[in-house]
Amino acid sequence: MLELLLQTGVNAVYAASYMALIAVGLVLIFGVMGVINFAHGELYMLGAYSVFFFYVEQGLNFFLAVAIGMVFVGAVGLLMERALFRPLRDNPLGGLIASIGLLLCLQSAVTLGFGVRSKNVNPPIQKAVGFGIDGVSVPLQRLYVVIAAVALLVALWLFLKRSRFGWALRATAQDSEAAALQGISLNQTSRIAMFIGAGLAGVAGALTAPIVPTEPLMGHGVIVTAFIIIIVGGIGSLEGAVVAAVLYAFVHTFVTTFFDGTVADITGLLLMLIVLVIKPTGLFGTKERA
Amino acid sequence: MPNRLPLLLGAAALAVALILLPHQLSFSQQEVLVFLVINVLVVASYRLLTLTGEWSLGHVVMVGVGAYASALISKQFGVWVPLSMVLGAAVAGVVAFILSFPLFRMKGFYFLIGSFAAGEVIRLCWKKFRYPFGGPKGLKSIPGFPDITIGETTFAFWNAVNFYYLALIVVAVALVFLYRIEKSRLGLTFHALHWQDKLAESVGVNAWRMRMTAFVAASFFAGLAGALQAHYLTTINPTMFDVEPMVYVLIWVIVGGTATFYGPILGVVILTVINEIVLRELGVDQARPLFLGAILILSILFLPKGLESLVPKIGGLWKRRNKDDGNSPGGETEKA
Repeated sequence: MLELLLQTGVNAVYAASYMALIAVGLVLIFGVMGVINFAHGELYMLGAYSVFFFYVEQGLNFFLAVAIGMVFVGAVGLLMERALFRPLRDNPLGGLIASIGLLLCLQSAVTLGFGVRSKNVNPPIQKAVGFGIDGVSVPLQRLYVVIAAVALLVALWLFLKRSRFGWALRATAQDSEAAALQGISLNQTSRIAMFIGAGLAGVAGALTAPIVPTEPLMGHGVIVTAFIIIIVGGIGSLEGAVVAAVLYAFVHTFVTTFFDGTVADITGLLLMLIVLVIKPTGLFGTKERA
Repeated sequence: MPNRLPLLLGAAALAVALILLPHQLSFSQQEVLVFLVINVLVVASYRLLTLTGEWSLGHVVMVGVGAYASALISKQFGVWVPLSMVLGAAVAGVVAFILSFPLFRMKGFYFLIGSFAAGEVIRLCWKKFRYPFGGPKGLKSIPGFPDITIGETTFAFWNAVNFYYLALIVVAVALVFLYRIEKSRLGLTFHALHWQDKLAESVGVNAWRMRMTAFVAASFFAGLAGALQAHYLTTINPTMFDVEPMVYVLIWVIVGGTATFYGPILGVVILTVINEIVLRELGVDQARPLFLGAILILSILFLPKGLESLVPKIGGLWKRRNKDDGNSPGGETEKA
């Protein structure tokens, strides 16, 4: 029983780390641009497919493929900012609607390019790491995800707190009009936020490609999870997103292990509904932004 | 009263066209037509909620509540199908009433996400509980609409054309109700809540009760659409009511526009024709979501008020061409 609990805990840590990458990107984009990016799950999907393309089909090194995937998805993010979100800045629901359209386009484009069937990506290393306890281990591939997530989130935190660009980003998130009056270019902060946010989703997809089935609709479940996390965490809060990702991952993983996946999904959604009813600003949210 | 005549003639022409329409179509197009008529009710009822300024992502689940409820009532208890359809719609209304308590503590984006979560919980329950909802495979062999015999001829409703006429009548009656609601004092209050909710509340409008009323009425008619669907297909499953059809409803409504009663209907009709007839004829089946997504993006970028915003322009052109006596600006104000 103890092994099962520990193993479930290890799985939850893995789930928390890639969900945090996705949710933090979503929060960053929302904070700086005020856009709810419904196509965020599809950016994750694009990350997974870039690993499939560069690592499986082109035979590149796995980590090189992940890096290419991150930059590629970040570039897709830049394109979205320029083509969709910037022209729609004055339309409160516009960005959300445009991203729903883009979601359909990306799913359909990937289906046309790679087929509906799910792709098999073999992990570069099959080994698992034990912890000295029988029955508790973590596949190396999952450990990579955890390490990458921690490293990237720490890097992002340093960037936001220590660099001038980071200050500009946070100032825009607090009050975009006042930031613009101080000479901060909203176009530039939007570009940076979009590149980082999309890149984080891309790297999450790239690293998990060998673990989950890589298919055109894989972003579907991810976006639902990400929304639950950002609502529970408080919709503009990066720290909240990380904490909520850990909380959600533990609840979801344990309920899945001891009941089943559908019950876990229901539990997660109810968790979000309860937070919405009791404290709509979420655990870490301070002000209402809608 | 002389202005009524062209309107009546137009309505009569539309009625004749709708009656003759299915006989000009292939069998698969007749099937599409049945769903189109049902979807007209789905988007028109959705608009009733958007009048209050709230956008729900749970509307298709409400369609599903009506479908499941009507199917179960008729199948398990042997209730006469037309009655069970009304009861199914009522169940959707009751579910909406219960959901109003948590959901209308939220507004805007929070309501959007909250309604999605509530809907998804309901849908996952259908998937989870094999009894009575049938689990992931859903319900099968739902009784169809009973045959109607008028004189010598019997109308059987497994037939797409006959069911189309039935759906047309049900949907037309529902649209009249929806239109009357919108034009009533209640509908005006919905508008007031949308544009000036604080002001409306300060003159004594109970915002929660108004939003609840709109949500319950919208869900009732959505449930009726679902009941039509259930008794036509005779089989339903949870996947029919997931996010994907909801995204389509959003696309229809947004591309059509929500400022007028006919906007969403225009959207669903035009996009269904493009999707099911033009794109299917072109043979680009897998690329169809690509086209729809592109249409949505282009319309939000270049036609943010929807297709309905083109109608007055076209009408204006037509009017100007018809009476070239110079008093064309007066026509607009007279109508308003």
